[in-house]
Amino acid sequence: MTLSDAELSEAGLSPAHQGRVLLIACGALAREILALKAANGWDHLDLTCLPANLHLRPERITEAVSTAVAEHRADYDGVFVVYADCGTGGQLAARCAELGVEMVAGPHCYAFYEGNDVFAAKAEDEFRAFYLTDFLVRQFDAFVWRPMGLDRYPSLRDTYFGNYDRLIYQAQTDDPALDAAARDAAERLGLAYERRFTGYGELATTLARL
Amino acid sequence: MADDDIILSELSDDDLVLQMHDDLYDGLREEIEEGVGILLERGWSPYDVLTRALVAGMTIVGADFRDGILFVPEVLLAANAMKGGMAILKPLLIATGAPRMGKMVIGTVKGDIHDIGKNLVAMMMEGAGFEVVDLGINNAVEKYLDALEREGADILGMSALLTTTMPYMKVVIDTLKERGIRENYIVLVGGAPLNEEFGRAIGADAYCRDAAVAVETAKSFILRKHNALNA
Repeated sequence: MTLSDAELSEAGLSPAHQGRVLLIACGALAREILALKAANGWDHLDLTCLPANLHLRPERITEAVSTAVAEHRADYDGVFVVYADCGTGGQLAARCAELGVEMVAGPHCYAFYEGNDVFAAKAEDEFRAFYLTDFLVRQFDAFVWRPMGLDRYPSLRDTYFGNYDRLIYQAQTDDPALDAAARDAAERLGLAYERRFTGYGELATTLARL
Repeated sequence: MADDDIILSELSDDDLVLQMHDDLYDGLREEIEEGVGILLERGWSPYDVLTRALVAGMTIVGADFRDGILFVPEVLLAANAMKGGMAILKPLLIATGAPRMGKMVIGTVKGDIHDIGKNLVAMMMEGAGFEVVDLGINNAVEKYLDALEREGADILGMSALLTTTMPYMKVVIDTLKERGIRENYIVLVGGAPLNEEFGRAIGADAYCRDAAVAVETAKSFILRKHNALNA
């Protein structure tokens, strides 16, 4: 299957209607979930993704997930939501509980890729860090640079990033091109750069239980 | 005539104020500073310049942001322009004894470095006549409490952008309760992942979804406080 980041950002991904458990995921996790599915032979899992750009309006995530659950749940034995809290301030968790579906634990993908406990333990030292994942490195312009208006108003850079001190690229895969792109992003934001290999972290262990 | 041909000093007061609203909308800091200077030279009081030219202009910006017509980058540019005008007016407002609504201590909570929304609230509160003590980012409970007491504040404003840091607001409110001083302050909270339910659950007086709402909420609570004191 060929996945386009632009499509995952804007439109998401339709289910293949193969498998008894449907994952309703953020488009930013599509490649990673499909890689895990292929590597582990998880043929019982089907995947549909909501547009990743919902992260630019997190207040819309809860309703969008809710609608997707309602649309698809009758076609599967089970549904699992592959979002963390993702800036919904607990509303997504509350809605999932109401709907009787489970979701990924943790505040966001940066935390579950690294491991929620490990991430929380580092919070004191890293609260000035700006994180990118593989997806966000590839989509840096679409998810960071342009929505923040930095293409039009470069003078705003320090208004947004003046309190940050470094960019940490959480690498899900070993890809020198992404490493170079992440380093470039750090430079554009005026931040120190650090690459940290996380692999798929708790995304893998969570999906393995389904 | 193109905008860049407009000579601000040649406009009537009314036209100049309208032009300043446009310039604020477009984030033109130098033009705003010039406009403020012209109105002051014409004998306007600093308070009138603030309210009729700057605050009225930012109210349009705020409404268009709320309605999805303007976005964060444009609001930040407008705020930067207003900041330029405020820098001129602030010492004059103090010197001329402009009406004061009350005093607010505001800051982003511990572990959180995000201050864009908090800065907007602080600026709009100042524009509405509140004295604002801005504690900046990453504030532990003691820092809030010390400032509230030291400044004799009426209002505590707390901001957070992260799901992981927003619960710290409850730590601050619970500490106020433990020390028996919760009722001395109006507590307003805000930040992208918050909502009204969260505000209620942690014991805040109100959740404010944006800077304009924060100003209106603060005004209404201050009015109620004054009414209660005068009753």
